[in-house]
Amino acid sequence: MPNLPTRRAILAGIPLALVATTVSAGLFSQDIPENLDLALRRPTDAHHYTVAIGPVEPEVRIGRMHAWTLALADRRGRPIDTARIAIDGRMPQHGHGLPSAPAVTQALGDGQFLIEGMKFNMHGWWEIDLAIDGPAGADTVSFNLVL
Amino acid sequence: MRRILFALPFAAIGAGALAIHLPDPAAPTWSEEDLSLVRSLSLDALPPVPADPSNRVADDPRAAALGRSIFFDTRFSSNGKVACATCHLPDRQFQDDRALSKGVSETSRRAMPIAGMAHSPFLFWDGRKDSFWSQALGPLESAVEHGGDRTQYAHVIGAHYAEAYVEVFGPLPDLDVLPARAGPVADPAAATAWEGMARSDREAVNLVFANVGKAIAAFERTIAPPETRFDLWVASREFPGPGLLTTEEIAGLRVFLGAGGCINCHGGPLLSDGHFHNTGVPAVPGLPEDRGRETGALLVREDPFNCLGPYSDAKPADCAELRFMAPAGAEMLRAFKTPSLRGAASRPPYMHAGQIPDLERVIAHYVAAPEAPAGQSELRPLTLDHTQRQELAAFLGALDPLP
Repeated sequence: MPNLPTRRAILAGIPLALVATTVSAGLFSQDIPENLDLALRRPTDAHHYTVAIGPVEPEVRIGRMHAWTLALADRRGRPIDTARIAIDGRMPQHGHGLPSAPAVTQALGDGQFLIEGMKFNMHGWWEIDLAIDGPAGADTVSFNLVL
Repeated sequence: MRRILFALPFAAIGAGALAIHLPDPAAPTWSEEDLSLVRSLSLDALPPVPADPSNRVADDPRAAALGRSIFFDTRFSSNGKVACATCHLPDRQFQDDRALSKGVSETSRRAMPIAGMAHSPFLFWDGRKDSFWSQALGPLESAVEHGGDRTQYAHVIGAHYAEAYVEVFGPLPDLDVLPARAGPVADPAAATAWEGMARSDREAVNLVFANVGKAIAAFERTIAPPETRFDLWVASREFPGPGLLTTEEIAGLRVFLGAGGCINCHGGPLLSDGHFHNTGVPAVPGLPEDRGRETGALLVREDPFNCLGPYSDAKPADCAELRFMAPAGAEMLRAFKTPSLRGAASRPPYMHAGQIPDLERVIAHYVAAPEAPAGQSELRPLTLDHTQRQELAAFLGALDPLP
């Protein structure tokens, strides 16, 4: 069982992850779209929920299996503790998915969920797709991540 | 401060160039991100060998010494002629230079090098094993590799390694009551004898068999990737300018990172993502159909010697790679493990069955991006001219072990 982060640690980790994703383009990252929305907190597609995600440890290392947390709230911002959440992901420019099959393994309370089994095996643009089935119905949301 | 330090050699080179002729306007520039990416490929970026909670003797030197002896011992084979070292030759980067390896008879895959593979969550071209120790058991029971079986190996341990074994693992079971040849193998007589054994005897033999793998793994964990000219260059004062690497090799590194897209899969200090990709490698006529990781993902889940199995020393929480393994979906059809590029230039032929004889044709394969014989290739055609291809091959040569 990984050490569970405090809520403060989770919130502190999100801005760090964002900083890591906005470095200037070099030789390798020249073909990643410039206008990607890299926000890791956003409303779901049908606006039933608001979701924030972030890695437990702020530094995401390529090839290392690690945990993320997810904060789920209703449209008024009240935490939701009971929902079924499925995680998928892909590299839009490479035509392949995640190298692992991450899953929500624990509801931590206060709208927080633990996601285990996250892994990214390449630098570049990743999309993380969530399907959420909660009190307000089923909804989806996608996040962009540039590693 | 770091930026200033990097600027200094440039300034020196620039001054030298001015004294002779005007600075070369085509001299490459490196962003901080590029430089950090290049450093991430160096051996200096390789972390220590990760713990293997599934093998309690993984870092026990006595187990490594026992495993080393077994690795070279041809008594662990049906014909007394095949050891691990037969296909994993220490003076040849622990591989055999053959397209298809030859144990007691010919296999259908190329032998993989061993150095640094303790960092890899899945072993074999199809990842059908999830630990070094479990990997070592596969060839021992393969009809075309070592060709032997579990009770045979238990008898060899009892006859020749009892003292060292007992010191590391504890008492051996009573071997006198066991058949000479028995195991869940292709040989019908050995398979029948195995079925006839009491369940408790089979489990006792399985434990000895798993421990043989754990000893071999303890030895293999000590096999580290050797330093290369590239590593020395990254650590040198000239970096990223020419010095230990030539201008052509550095240009090849830029192709590797940029136009070639090699780093997509060949990243990190081992120049491998440890994952599985369909790259449209042709099938070999005459060999059985090879579905790659699609089959490997099913096999590793069912394997009694996996991280979650009864012979593993790990707790389920230690088995994240297996628990959260990507399923055997269509994407994994004919996907094979990304090999490390360390030392690759001097160990042709290439690919999982040695389909491509030399580096020039490997690069041509990636440029052309042919359709896969089954499943979908992840490759897209590249635009690399003749010079860029030569530069890329030159860079790969700088990843060879130092003589």
